Amino acid sequence: MESTILKIRNLNAGYQNKWILKDINLNIEKNKVTAIMGPSGCGKSTLIRCINRMHEITPGAIFKGEIYLDDKNIFEMPPSDVRKRIGMVFQRPNPFPTMSIYENVIAGYILNGIKIKKAKMDQIVEESLKKAFLWEEVKDTLFRKGTFLSGGQQQRLCIARSLAMNPEILLLDEPTSALDPKAQAMIEELIVRLKENVTLVLVTHNRSQAARASDYTAFLYLGELIEFGKTEKIFTTPKNKKTEEYLTGKFG
Amino acid sequence: MKMNKRLFKDFLFKKIVILFSIITLIPLFLILFIIVKNGVSAINIDFFTKLPKPPGEKGGGILNAIVGSIFLVIIASILAIPFGVTVGIFLSEVKNKFTETLKVLVDVLQGVPSIVIGIVAYIWIVKPLKSFSALSGGVALGLMMLPIIIKSTQEALYLIPFSLREASFALGTNYTKTILKVILPAGLSGIASGILLGIMRIIGETAPLLFTAFGNSFLNLNPAKPVDALPLVIFNYAMSPYPEWHKIAWGAAFILILLIFILNIIVRKVIKRWKVQF
Repeated sequence: MESTILKIRNLNAGYQNKWILKDINLNIEKNKVTAIMGPSGCGKSTLIRCINRMHEITPGAIFKGEIYLDDKNIFEMPPSDVRKRIGMVFQRPNPFPTMSIYENVIAGYILNGIKIKKAKMDQIVEESLKKAFLWEEVKDTLFRKGTFLSGGQQQRLCIARSLAMNPEILLLDEPTSALDPKAQAMIEELIVRLKENVTLVLVTHNRSQAARASDYTAFLYLGELIEFGKTEKIFTTPKNKKTEEYLTGKFG
Repeated sequence: MKMNKRLFKDFLFKKIVILFSIITLIPLFLILFIIVKNGVSAINIDFFTKLPKPPGEKGGGILNAIVGSIFLVIIASILAIPFGVTVGIFLSEVKNKFTETLKVLVDVLQGVPSIVIGIVAYIWIVKPLKSFSALSGGVALGLMMLPIIIKSTQEALYLIPFSLREASFALGTNYTKTILKVILPAGLSGIASGILLGIMRIIGETAPLLFTAFGNSFLNLNPAKPVDALPLVIFNYAMSPYPEWHKIAWGAAFILILLIFILNIIVRKVIKRWKVQF
């Protein structure tokens, strides 16, 4: 059964009087992976940063339009509530350098002042690290600094940190572009597994990654949504000429 | 033939660099040598535990000045650290005309001659209270520490990558908690070493204390009363006509240099230990 968790309606966004995104309309389906693909500078990152209202923390950011999460407009909700329900993983792994692995996973609770019992904390840390395929590698070094881990491990730590908050949606902004191929493959496998519990939106400029990991694909070009549909359809029988040219490597 | 000339120039340049470095180091070592040579002989247990004796009598110590210097540094730190760190955060967070002006003013404050700061503290504190005091000395030293702490805090926080702030916001953390629990801890090594550098800067200051802390040959821990300080001991005793007092001045100079040396080592340890890798 399919249901729409997020509806983006007439979204425009940009910086300093220059609109990058133009009238985006898009539905994100629950417990699916939606890939947002396109050449660099097309507005992929701007689009997903609007979904958890991270766009507006950049000085000079402008936006208009609506995004409905369970039929409530996120622009009318407090940004911190939106961000607790919609987690985000960034292009470069960014664990908190002053915190241990354990503290990094539980950071969302510590930083938001949410009080929970020690036993419950231990449980959340273990579950989140297991979900992020990191538990086996770090279970004996939980109290070492997170920055001692390798790049791929750090990125999985960041995924665990987001998952610990039990988000409904997880946004991934080119999560593998700073990683080596092995770590990339691991994160991709992880993405596919995670959709049982969470809806994922994946920004990527890697065509084959979109093909392998996603259920739906949106193709963005120069700030406009050119084509959106099931991934297999987009990749096998694209309707738009631009999409076809992009997929066959003619540009971008 | 041409090659040889180039090689010779290269050789000459290297030798000149080394020679000039040695010439610069000679006076530095001489200063240290003279202070250590004259200072060490003045040092014994009484020097740290006894109060000064009147001129002509042998023995006695400078306990009053050692305690006084520490007391002044504590007062100055209590006043300067909260304000300095807060202003540093403000300057690294906000960028507009007001903060740009503020940055210039902080630079100007750093350049104000220390004697002028002493006079300001005299007008602000000593005159209204009608008495020289440890408090006024602490205020003068605090004013000297302030720009150092502001600038080191601002620079430490400026170096913290934006991605860390994003990570915190993305978890739904509000602005205050992001600054206090993510950004400040990441900049702690820079802030702490800035504070220690500030202490190193003020501990040897004489001029701001002349009309404020004034000096006191007895032990005092009352902020409303005058206190002695190591640089004041050097200033007063070195100008006296008694040879025993000159010796005490050398001893005080040696302790001052030793304190600065120890603080320097602590700064290096702090930077190494608390250094954050991004």
